[in-house]
Amino acid sequence: MPRLDATDLRERMARDLPGAVLEAVPLQVAAAPAHGPQPGAFMTSDTLVAPSRLVEAACYLRDLLGYAYLSDIAVVDYLADDLFELVYRFYHVEGGEGLTIKVRIPRDHPEVPSLTPAWPGANFHEREAFDLYGIVFVGHPFLRRIYMWDEFEGFPMRKDFPKQGDKYIGADE
Amino acid sequence: MLKTEELQINIGPQHPSTHGVFRMIVTVDGETITDLKPVFGYLHRNHEQIAEQNTYLQNMPYTDRLDYFNSMANNQAYAMAVEQLVGIEVPERAEYLRVMMVELTRILNHAGALGFLINDMGMWQTQLAFGMREREKILDLFESASGARLMCNYFRFGGVVRDLPPDFIPRLKELLQAMPAFVDELERLLRENEILMQRAEGIGILPRDLALAYSVSGPVLRGSGIPYDVRKAEPYSVYDRFDFDVPVGTVGDVYDRFLVRIEEMRQSRRILQQVIEQLPDAQGGHINPKARQNVRPPVGDVYARIESPKGELGFYLVSDGSGKPYRYKVRAPSFINLTPLGDMCRGYKVADVVVILGSIDIVMGEVDR
Repeated sequence: MPRLDATDLRERMARDLPGAVLEAVPLQVAAAPAHGPQPGAFMTSDTLVAPSRLVEAACYLRDLLGYAYLSDIAVVDYLADDLFELVYRFYHVEGGEGLTIKVRIPRDHPEVPSLTPAWPGANFHEREAFDLYGIVFVGHPFLRRIYMWDEFEGFPMRKDFPKQGDKYIGADE
Repeated sequence: MLKTEELQINIGPQHPSTHGVFRMIVTVDGETITDLKPVFGYLHRNHEQIAEQNTYLQNMPYTDRLDYFNSMANNQAYAMAVEQLVGIEVPERAEYLRVMMVELTRILNHAGALGFLINDMGMWQTQLAFGMREREKILDLFESASGARLMCNYFRFGGVVRDLPPDFIPRLKELLQAMPAFVDELERLLRENEILMQRAEGIGILPRDLALAYSVSGPVLRGSGIPYDVRKAEPYSVYDRFDFDVPVGTVGDVYDRFLVRIEEMRQSRRILQQVIEQLPDAQGGHINPKARQNVRPPVGDVYARIESPKGELGFYLVSDGSGKPYRYKVRAPSFINLTPLGDMCRGYKVADVVVILGSIDIVMGEVDR
């Protein structure tokens, strides 16, 4: 059973894919509580990869390290830092802990290369991220809304999406 | 060969065999499927955003509504995620109670799913009633322990909400004793029925490499011959103390997925028997008395996953230090297991679509979220 942790992965990727691994910057999580201590900075221990090298890094995980099972793609909207973070989670088929790589992209230009051509399992994950967060996956074969209807405007999971009184409900109701 | 015109037809959204409100745009050439596109979202309620408005504890009953067949399994994955985030310890006895409930859930899910699957093959209602009869017995047990049959809301951070009633274990033993007869009966129904075998064997094949590339999980992945089970691959709770096997299929067709589920019911029974043996020696009570339910986790993120009856169920939580999750993401097994549906159906007949869909075993509450 392979035993790689985040530190090993960062070292290996820094050696084999020079320039792909970025130095993680602590994140300010938004939404400070009304009272009580202010939340501290949030420092990830996972590997942060440059968006342009994402496909390369993912294929490195699969083809050289054997982490072939892409379990999950999650998007987090860090409004205070003005960025989206994408969390890709990979597992080895023989078991053991998974490896996580993260990608940070600016909120005003949310573009990232698609994994779907290399990894068909990413298809619905990416469509969901596009639908709810408006992340554009360049190279996705069928990037359409998956939950909301096609004419829907806006991306409902973004932190700045209005929670009340949108045009579909009506102002007075 | 006679050339026919291609035709696009809609199966669903309102269709008894789509297991909910689910639509498939099927392109057919005569009776043969050339393309299939699933369309969903009819049950979408933006579960994740509603959960971000709730406190951590308020989300516990809300996870019941994801996959309403397996509320106990959803509870466990969510409870594990929050416990890891806060750092709550779970007493040994509570872990055994959790495993017991989730394995019972696995049996009732597979009994129902196989009932519906044979229903989809055209053997109308009889075996579905068999499956539902067994499911009722387990739901009665759930009711006696949690007070509810479907939306159990039984788990809390640090344990479960209350201990078992005194007659629970004798009733469970009775149920386990009667179970092999039912499982054998269900298996015989398919294996000794020529018509059903024709509908199941060699239909909806998902080869091994494709199954992995499509990142399906649960019985669909194991039916394709990959022995990946989170309970074995990354043991959580007390699963490393039990002796059980992970059944796998060979071809990856509907029949294999059926057999994997049958065998998993037997393995769940084995685990339950070991739980009953080991439960009296387990330390601690049903809940950690120091665990606060009104949690405010430190800033950070966590991903916890379990082997739910339908596959890998995971929760990704990001905390900003307040009493509500900053990000709450569900990795829903039914949703991801639908990714290869188009490839699985291509080349088969229209009538096979409902059988292939039934063999994936989806619940729309979880798919659409």
